[in-house]
Formats: sequence, structure tokens, C-alpha cells
Amino acid sequence: MLRDITLGQYYQTESVVHKLDPRVKLGGTLLYIISLFLFENIWGYLVAGLFLALVVKLSKVPFRFMVRGMKTIVFLLLITVVFNLFLTPGEVLISFWKLKITKEGLWIAISMAIRLSMLIIGSSVMTLTTTPNNLTDGMEKMMSPLKVFKVPVHEVAMMMSIALRFIPILLEETDKIMKAQIARGADFESGNLLKRAKALVPLLVPLFISAFRRANDLAMAMEARCYRGGEGRTKMKPLVYKREDKLAYLVIAGYLVVKIAIGIVL
Amino acid sequence: MGIIKADDVTFEYIRRDEEGNVEGITTAVDHVSLDIKKGQFIAILGHNGSGKSTLAKHMNAILYPTEGTLWVDGMDTKAEEHVWDIRQRAGMVFQNPDNQIIGQVVEEDVGFGPENMGIPTKEIWERVEESLRAVGMYEFRKHSPNKLSGGQKQRVSIAGVLAMHPQCIVLDEPTAMLDPNGRKEVIRAIRGLNDVEGITVILITHYMEEIIYADKVFVMDQGAIAMEGTPREIFSQVEKLKSLRLDVPQVTMLAYELKKKGMNLPDGILITKELIDALRI
Repeated sequence: MLRDITLGQYYQTESVVHKLDPRVKLGGTLLYIISLFLFENIWGYLVAGLFLALVVKLSKVPFRFMVRGMKTIVFLLLITVVFNLFLTPGEVLISFWKLKITKEGLWIAISMAIRLSMLIIGSSVMTLTTTPNNLTDGMEKMMSPLKVFKVPVHEVAMMMSIALRFIPILLEETDKIMKAQIARGADFESGNLLKRAKALVPLLVPLFISAFRRANDLAMAMEARCYRGGEGRTKMKPLVYKREDKLAYLVIAGYLVVKIAIGIVL
Repeated sequence: MGIIKADDVTFEYIRRDEEGNVEGITTAVDHVSLDIKKGQFIAILGHNGSGKSTLAKHMNAILYPTEGTLWVDGMDTKAEEHVWDIRQRAGMVFQNPDNQIIGQVVEEDVGFGPENMGIPTKEIWERVEESLRAVGMYEFRKHSPNKLSGGQKQRVSIAGVLAMHPQCIVLDEPTAMLDPNGRKEVIRAIRGLNDVEGITVILITHYMEEIIYADKVFVMDQGAIAMEGTPREIFSQVEKLKSLRLDVPQVTMLAYELKKKGMNLPDGILITKELIDALRI
């Protein structure tokens, strides 16, 4: 049961967006999110929406996968909208009982909803088209200037990719321990929340012990294969910008120019 | 001097209590001397706790001898400046396949060693391809290691060591966690490396069937070498093996019992065919 969980939400297909350098996608997503919050007018949102639609179309990922990511934040979105709708002072449009909907409130609520949904879809495009591994690589490369300030960039990236590799193994192990405990009469399903949380203790202890043992073994195996940190290490799959990546940067820059121009002019 | 030479190597684990006082000393390796020549297939045999894994870790400079010296390709493992050279020359494969695969894709894992050594990208790819072909895992290069069988994972681990172009591979019970089929696969791959690529193999195991192809066998007991010789020499001493708590392969056992009952059979029969031939005469 636990084995079915896939990590991240990578959607396997061949597309232009999939093939882009992870740095382009990371940087592009960041710039896109900033652009969403730059100016507040309907034409700006339209441009941002069109750009997003274009990228989604190019990525060949079915739209329902993008929306799936929205599910998790529907609640947050709703709260934001409701608060903005009722609690913004200004010209009253409708009022009933103690609640007032103002013109300003309505506008802020709508624009917040648009911004947040585009933000989620925009970042979903990135996670759906980039493998976690690639993403880690991209982050490592992008953050590497921070090494000057003694930030352990390589180490953090290595930890992330090892964590990604071990999540399925530890899940499988959890499953095994759980079954072993159930076979000996443990009860994980009944009782109130507190009781269930307590029932998890005999599951977590062996899991932690085994995780430490694995970590120890892995460290030894890594050292046996000459691992000595990021210094002097070469890459099997180095990140190199190709023509498409440069083109993608141009497209993103073009979008930003249009978006800012509209923001200033209108 | 051979590729690996141990001279009177002793290793002691010091057990300490919570305050750090010495509680007791366990001698895991006890005055072991051996000399392994290039290109040999060596098997080290012993039951659990006989010190064979501890000895293996010395060959990769993970542990250093408390007393005595161990040389890998002429380099003293105690010398700090040689550690990485030693680890590249004497690769090591461990018991649990899950705990030694670092990459999330087979080819990335095989490339991990060369990456650490600072090999140029193009050459890494060549090495990865050649190593995966050598263990017969090339078709799986794009797979996730989590979806492979135990035997396949272990072959990937071997490829990962192979990609570092070692002169010698130390395998610490590589088949202990595998099913019989996986065990066969791995042993076949290891023999291939030794026969075809001429790499020195040091196989540590407690399965007797795996050592019949070895050039030389060392049997360890309580940290010391109790027996050494060719597989045939070792297997002809059934009584002694039993006293060391080791199982003899079925065929050898059968031949031994038949001989005891008065049949005229040669000593140290290793494979079924041999016994059949001997019985026909």
C-alpha cells in the first residue's frame, strides 16, 4: 500500500519544457511568481494567464494534473478570499447581518484568487516537468555562489538526493514493521487520536534504529567509493545551457517586459 | 609483494562504558598474515563473528590495524595520504545492496565513484557503460534501483566499484541477503570479472558452494586464520571444517560419508559431476 506513493509529482512525457535545464525552470518560476505580484490590473493578469496557458500547452501535461495541485490549497485560498471580501473597508456594495462586501474587498479578493491559483499552477508546471533529482542538481548549481559565504551547498544537495533515494526504502520498511507488529497483535487503527499516536511509538523506534544503521552503512559505502565532499568532484551529467535554454530565457524576459510595460502604461 | 599483503595484522575493538572507561577488549583480527597475488580469486571463509568482515574493512582502509601492517599495492593503509589511492585500487562491495546504492538511477549510481575521483564527464560515461556491460546490467541503466531484484542491485554495486577501475575487489558477503538465483547471478558476475578482466577478487562468504572456484581459500576462526589452501585441500578436511562450525557442500559430504563406509573415492570432491565420474569407475 505504501509502495504506491510517488515522490514529487513528476509527470513522465517528452516535451520542450521537460527537456529544459532545471535552472531555467527554477529561475523562470521564481520570476513568474514575482511578476504576478508586481502590478494590479486586469490586463496584466490576462498576459500572465496567457503565458501560463502557453507553457502548460507546451509541457504536454494534462491540465487536470495542474489542478490536482490546487486541491491541497483550496482551503487556504478560500480563507484568503473570504477575509479579503468581508474585512476590507471601503465603498459598501452589499451588506447583510454584520457582514459587508465592499467594492475594494471584492476586487482584492478576486485578484488574490487569481494570483494564488496562477502561482500554484505555475509552480506545478515546474515540479511536474522536472525530476526531483534534476531539481536538486539545478538548485546546487544555482546556489553555488553561496559557497563563498561558507554555505554547504553541495552537502545540502547531496543530503536531499540521498533522502529522495531512501524515502521509498524507508516506506517499505515502515510497511514491514507495521505488518510484523500487527501480526503480534498491535492495533494501529482503533481508538482516539491520542491512542493512535501512542500506538505509533513501537513503530517509530525500530524505524529510527534501522534508519541510523542504514545511514552508517551508506556513509561507509560512500567513503569506500572515494567520496570526500564536493571538492574536486566531477559531474556525470553536468548542467550545460543549450540553445533551447537560452531561447527560454529570452521568452521569459519578453514576458516580463510585456507584463511590466502593461503595468506602467495602464 | 602481492596486491594485498598483511603482516601480523591485529585489530582490537575497545568496548567502553558510559564514562568512557575501558570495559574490555575484543580481538577481532588476531595476528593475520597473508599475501594475495594479482589476478587471484581468493575466498575468505568463516562463521559469524570470525573476524572476516573486520579483515575485509582493513583492505579498503576503513579500519587500520592496531598492530602489524597491511599494504595495498605497496601502500601502507595507515598512511593518511594514500587513503584515496587505496580505496580506488581496492574497491569494496558490502552485504546489503540497499545501503550502498547512492544514485536514484542505475547509471548515476555507477558514475558515483568516478565522479568522486574527478574523472572527466566523457570518460565517466565510457566507464559506466563498460562496467554495466561487464556485469550484464546495461539494459537496466535507466531503471530506478528500487525496482531491481537483490541480485541485480548487487551487480549494480559491483559495477559501481568496477567503474573506478580497481585492481582488486573485496566483496564482503555480497550474497548473504540474496535468494539462490540472485546468489548465482552475483557469483557468475564475480567469476567473470576475475576470468575476463583479470581483477583480483577477494570474496568473503560463509557459503561453501561459492568458494569452489577460488584459487586459494582462507578459513578464519576467532580472528585468526585456521586453515588455508586450495578448495580441494580445504574440503578434504571435513572433520576440521565441522569443528569450525562450517557446512560442507552436500556432494562433498556425501562423498566423505561414502568413503568412511569403505568406498574408494578421492579426497575433496567439490561438484556433483566429479562424484558421478568417480562412482562410475
